[in-house]
Amino acid sequence: MTDQVAYGVAALAIAVAFFAGWHMYRRLEFSNPLFYAVAVLEVVLVVVLAGGSIVLGRTSRDVDGVLFVSYLVSMVAIPPAAVLWGIAEKSRWGTGVVVVAMLSIAVLAVRVLDIWKGTYA
Amino acid sequence: MPERSDTSHGFGRALVAVYAVFALAAAARSIFQLATKVESDTVVPYVLSAFAGIVYVLATWALAHNLQGLALITIGTELVGVLVVGVLSLVDGDLFPDETVWSDFGRGYGFIPLVLPFVGLWWLHRTGDTREG
Repeated sequence: MTDQVAYGVAALAIAVAFFAGWHMYRRLEFSNPLFYAVAVLEVVLVVVLAGGSIVLGRTSRDVDGVLFVSYLVSMVAIPPAAVLWGIAEKSRWGTGVVVVAMLSIAVLAVRVLDIWKGTYA
Repeated sequence: MPERSDTSHGFGRALVAVYAVFALAAAARSIFQLATKVESDTVVPYVLSAFAGIVYVLATWALAHNLQGLALITIGTELVGVLVVGVLSLVDGDLFPDETVWSDFGRGYGFIPLVLPFVGLWWLHRTGDTREG
């Protein structure tokens, strides 16, 4: 888990958040491009979860493993829930849920980096 | 959307999402703290974390199921909690050696814990009005 990975994930999540926010602002329905954008993020998060678990086993750092992995699992779990919820809500706030979810992932990504570095208790 | 008096639809859906995130964050933090740091001399922050977690979970559940009474109680508790803990943590930092969601008015969470109850109460007021009118 390097700075690039964490900030890359955060940047991608924020980009998707803006895309969803644009949908919300324009009162657009949950579109296919938005779905694909979330799907791409989800694939990245699954890769980060797998990669993170592997490097966790190899690192000599004093990382709180349970906390670290639980954050990564949370990040993987959020996008599917947001998509289901976002499609279910037919008003503009359906994509608002996606905005909330994506910003949460960005925050979690930065927190995970702190956990990895041991600067977060 | 305006004709709906349900707290779980429209803007409420996004609000429930934010509450769900905080319910998860506060509850998970509490469980983690209770599991790993329970030997510590000061139990105040851990009890407080657990309490905050329960409040957020109940508030999320109440908003999602349009339980306006429970939502009012839990969001009111949340407002009092973040204000009291915020003031106390500034006045006497030793009281809360470990961070909670509400420490320093929720600074560790972008002050969202401070703003959220106001938004929640506004939303309850709004949905309550449409139901009566």
